Amino acid sequence: MSGARAQILQAVRRGLDAAGSGRPAAEAAVAERLAARARNLVPARARLPVAAMRDLFAAKAMAANATVDRVLAADLPDALLRYLGDRNLPPSVAMSPDFALDPYPWGRAGLLEIARRRAEPADPVSVTPAFAGIAETGTLMLWSAAERPTTLNFLPETHVAVLRAGDVVPALEDAWTRLRNALGTGAAEAARPFPRTVNLITGPSRTADIEQELILGAHGPRRLHILLVEDED
Amino acid sequence: MDLAAHRFKEQARTALQDRVLQDSFARIGGKFGEARSRAVAGLPEFDRLRDDAVAIKTHVLANLDVYLERFEAQVTARGGIVHWCATPAEARECILAVARAAGARTVTKGKSMVAEEIGLNPFLEANGVEPVETDLGEYIIQLADEPPSHIIAPAVHKTKSQVSDLFQLHHARYGKTRRLTEGGDLVAEAREVLRQKYLDADMGITGANFLIAETGSTVIVTNEGNGDLTQSLPRVHLVLASIEKVVPTLEDVSTLLRVLARSATGQEMSVYTTFSTGPKRAGDLDGPEEFHVVLLDNGRSQLLAGPAAEVLRCIRCGACLNHCPVYRAVGGHAYGWVYPGPIGAAIDPHFLGVEEAYHLPQASSFCGRCEEVCPMKIPLPKIMRHWREEAFRQNVTPAMQRHAVRAWAWLAARPRLYRLAARAAARMLAAAGGRRGRIARLPFAGGWTAGRDMPAPEGRSFHDLWAARQGARK
Repeated sequence: MSGARAQILQAVRRGLDAAGSGRPAAEAAVAERLAARARNLVPARARLPVAAMRDLFAAKAMAANATVDRVLAADLPDALLRYLGDRNLPPSVAMSPDFALDPYPWGRAGLLEIARRRAEPADPVSVTPAFAGIAETGTLMLWSAAERPTTLNFLPETHVAVLRAGDVVPALEDAWTRLRNALGTGAAEAARPFPRTVNLITGPSRTADIEQELILGAHGPRRLHILLVEDED
Repeated sequence: MDLAAHRFKEQARTALQDRVLQDSFARIGGKFGEARSRAVAGLPEFDRLRDDAVAIKTHVLANLDVYLERFEAQVTARGGIVHWCATPAEARECILAVARAAGARTVTKGKSMVAEEIGLNPFLEANGVEPVETDLGEYIIQLADEPPSHIIAPAVHKTKSQVSDLFQLHHARYGKTRRLTEGGDLVAEAREVLRQKYLDADMGITGANFLIAETGSTVIVTNEGNGDLTQSLPRVHLVLASIEKVVPTLEDVSTLLRVLARSATGQEMSVYTTFSTGPKRAGDLDGPEEFHVVLLDNGRSQLLAGPAAEVLRCIRCGACLNHCPVYRAVGGHAYGWVYPGPIGAAIDPHFLGVEEAYHLPQASSFCGRCEEVCPMKIPLPKIMRHWREEAFRQNVTPAMQRHAVRAWAWLAARPRLYRLAARAAARMLAAAGGRRGRIARLPFAGGWTAGRDMPAPEGRSFHDLWAARQGARK
């Protein structure tokens, strides 16, 4: 399709009245913008003291039909077990292999059956870490890697996300900055490439395609439960 | 899809007599409209965000060639393949070739208006590949063998009972024969049927709300999560997108996301916003092994220079549809092609020609509501006016109208004569109104007076009244 490539680019340049060989000014403008990654207007809504910002995150996530349980790290496995029990869900979870979930005292929740792997179609519940929580909209950011398979976010009917309170940020832009830092994009050579999948998740799956009636659990999880770990800054 | 834009008038007339349809579209306007108002009221910076959003797209369009090259370079660096397609035919062939190379017999699809634009489904079917729509609305209309009637709510014209019938009929082959009547049950059944399709599919096709030059990512926005299962379960993920979807950075896409969901459904954020970059990486436990991006032009490059260039800023939120009195009265199918409503009236003439799409830009009262709610501030009425002028220039406008406009222009350029004629007309119409002061039938306006009377003028022209008033002031 290289014929089409040249044809399209030529047609675009003709349209922009910029036919001719090179586009040095445009190249420079684009390079500058991509390097600067300047923020546009960021709404003031989430520019709050830390505690209030975390409250806003929880409130916004719940407004989007997620449930939020604010727990201490030592109680997290019990809180999970309680959540599953209250909803008559089996105490058996597919859990992301991410080592970020290792430190929690899973052994204390003796009943809990844990498989560290990707999701299988029959899995009722998944547990994953969330990379960041975005306060302005109650959104979770998750990104894929060998230890964080994406299917865990979508196949099971119930998705439990573990989010450290210190990972709640005011705005979407703040989450991007964190992601770039995590990838090490400071020095281009050393940087890990942008992940295969970045998911922004705001509440559980839903549809309103039949007579505009809101129904949860269209294709993705019917329930999104966020365990917000208060003592991890 | 079949081209029926030229039959707009008949289609609109039929739609206006359809009570069920009227209810559906009244509901969508109400629900989406109110939700949008609430969301906008909840974000004091909304209007300034619109300005930023417009600036982003304007900058991109002015440097579109360079951004496309940057995007391509990033996709390639991540192990993806970019296919450039100038025409719908090229895009269809390209997608079929990828499907064949993958040995794909079943293809799951996320929602894509560009796929409708190129008529992808019938083409795949004719070539032995089964496309399965996975967005619930798209799935419903695929079963009904109908085109979408709204950009973001494709099955809005279908009632629950019609959906019940469709599912009962088409799900029988999966052993599901009970007729369901509750929304929740219908969704659960579709979920179950489609879940198997995701697992069986060899290839997943999604559209793209945005393409990011900085990272080479494609972005989809959904509420159901269907696009995510479509792209993470099959072996091949193909993204079909048009060239104007590219944006510079993650910061820029953040701004556009803030105005998109609020304008579309009134949500602050859609449930799933997914950034896909290349195929799965070494060691990944899931994700596609191949990642393809098909970039379609289909004449958009030619729009860049012209008076309709601003339509290329469109982010397909559907707000102009939800707020349009004409769309809400006649529904999406009346427009006869992929893009209905004000945005359709502004871009369909480009894709279809002014003759085929003649009626679409005419079907507007120019109330301006579409431009008012457009997050990208596209001057839709101005662009519709441009297509009206273009139709006049190309002699597509009916002869009677052309002559009438010419006669009026001739008269309007001669003030004394114009006043004389206006005075005579005012008197004549006043006389025709009689004692009731209403006119029940007018020549050349039978359609208008069929449903209402025209209030007759009082007998004096505006100029006369004005002159008298100015005289009285002195």
